[in-house]
Amino acid sequence: MSSLPDKTPAQGFSNEKRSLGKGVFKKCGGCGSVLTAEALSDTWHVCSGCGYHHPMTPADWRRLLLDGGALERWDDHVAPADPLRFDDGKGYRERLERAKKQSGQTEAVEVGRAHIAGHPVAYGCYVFSFMGGSMGSVVGERVTRLFERATTDRLPVVLLHASGGARMQEGILSLMQMAKTVAALSRFRAVRKPYISLCLHPTTGGVAASTALLGDVNLVEPNALIGFAGPRVIESTLRTTLPEGFQRSEFLQNHGMVDRIVPRSEMKSTLTVLLSHLGGGRA
Amino acid sequence: MAHVLAFEKPVVELVGRVRELRELAHADARLAPELKRLEEKAAKLAREMFSKLEPMQKVQLSRHPNRPYTLDYFARLFDDFIELSGDRCFAEDASLVGGLARYHDRSVVVIGHQKGRSTKENMVRNFGMPNPEGYRKAIRLYELADRFRLPVLAFVDTPGAFPGIEAEERGQAEAIAHAIEVMASIGVPVVTTVIGEGGSGGALALGIGNRVLILEFSYYSVISPEGCAAILWKDGSLAPRAAERLKITAPDLLELGCVDAIVDEPPGGAHQDHDDAARRLDRALWEALVSLDGLSPDELTADRYQRFRRLGSFVA
Ligand SMILES: [Zn+2]
Repeated sequence: MSSLPDKTPAQGFSNEKRSLGKGVFKKCGGCGSVLTAEALSDTWHVCSGCGYHHPMTPADWRRLLLDGGALERWDDHVAPADPLRFDDGKGYRERLERAKKQSGQTEAVEVGRAHIAGHPVAYGCYVFSFMGGSMGSVVGERVTRLFERATTDRLPVVLLHASGGARMQEGILSLMQMAKTVAALSRFRAVRKPYISLCLHPTTGGVAASTALLGDVNLVEPNALIGFAGPRVIESTLRTTLPEGFQRSEFLQNHGMVDRIVPRSEMKSTLTVLLSHLGGGRA
Repeated sequence: MAHVLAFEKPVVELVGRVRELRELAHADARLAPELKRLEEKAAKLAREMFSKLEPMQKVQLSRHPNRPYTLDYFARLFDDFIELSGDRCFAEDASLVGGLARYHDRSVVVIGHQKGRSTKENMVRNFGMPNPEGYRKAIRLYELADRFRLPVLAFVDTPGAFPGIEAEERGQAEAIAHAIEVMASIGVPVVTTVIGEGGSGGALALGIGNRVLILEFSYYSVISPEGCAAILWKDGSLAPRAAERLKITAPDLLELGCVDAIVDEPPGGAHQDHDDAARRLDRALWEALVSLDGLSPDELTADRYQRFRRLGSFVA
């Protein structure tokens, strides 16, 4: 179970932004060429030179996928507690406060009701900048309620994953969120509405081993890291170096774990076609 | 091959003296009252000594090389055990055993992680760390139980799912998630017992019970104390501190609502007396199983849903 610390190395990208005169420039994580923030923003953070997909914020994803960029937010009031009074040198509450400031979000997942090309959906998106998107009680509760409301309202579910796994600071309770969310998903199956899972970079540990790969359709972004054990854990356990591309999107597709690798430019249209085939039902 | 941890030495000596007297009393009935007196005194003393154990010491007991494993319990609790194997897809995984058995008068599906007692055995059992095939065998058995309306008795004892290259190639994450989903949805009674190590998602794939029991000196955790210490403090030797902070001992888990009952172990721990450990587990297991009598398949699934639905701590 890899619980990433609350710093987000992601793809070594946001760390390298620097101001040069009038514009902000970023170095591409793929080819190393220098791109302006405006140019990146225009291409949904995909490098026009090499096609490298830089991470996007949940706000960017809303704008990319949801009609009018609009999300009717559910359960924002469900807020974290500190059940273990966890302190590792810095208190859990302090870490939570910092994560809130850093991410501008109340917890590591946002959920709600939205429309995708006219299809009403129950939508969720993990917030990687909030403690590595780790799943504690709040994430578990919000995702569980997402599936429960989708069951009651007979809505398709579209859930975007980006997480280092379970949240260590909530101990066993975070492990139990895997059971809770998957049990809610299993009930949702009965209404015969599609569950489309999208795995972003990275999706590992307890989140990978709960809802992430159980979609009726599993989609992934290019070059996302997806797996149960983190690469560092495997390397240190087996005392070996891992092959190039190990646990990346292409590897998952080759091993039969995901349906499609979808570039950002085609994500909304892909979701739209899937929703229309699987009975999303227009509003 | 008695293996003794430093902190358990006094208790082991005490239990050893009781065992000697028991053998003498076997030949000489006059020693019976003396034996009974010493047994009671030793039990009380052992309990006192072990009541002050640090969380990490309990973790060490849960990993004790002489601790009874899943098949040791199967042999003592069940009749007519017939092992079923294979995932019908890729391979047989011996780190997870299962099959059909008779428990008292009932046919049941039994399943559990299996560690090896020697290096050679552990080559086969992979130290109780399943690959995806193990979890896919579990899925098969859960579905078999559902179709034939047989209760499932699951035994958890794993450091975790195996973190290997091939495990990832064959979909470790999906296998665990799928096992959790199927275990959550079957319409039969499910009782899980953590008999040793409850290591993370690899344990949870056998953990979706209507009732979840735990042996006194077992642990159940989202991450190993060593792994937690390595991430938080970049120092695996601080595992005892992590074990304490993570709240992974049986009483902690009961308080957090993650287990429903603690099963007492024999004086000095389950490894001191496998038969006695099995008798104690039998009482708790049977009680848990019959408590689910009379529930319909839908009610059993709903009961399991509600049990896990309420777990978590948040402000709303
Ligand atoms: Zn580039």
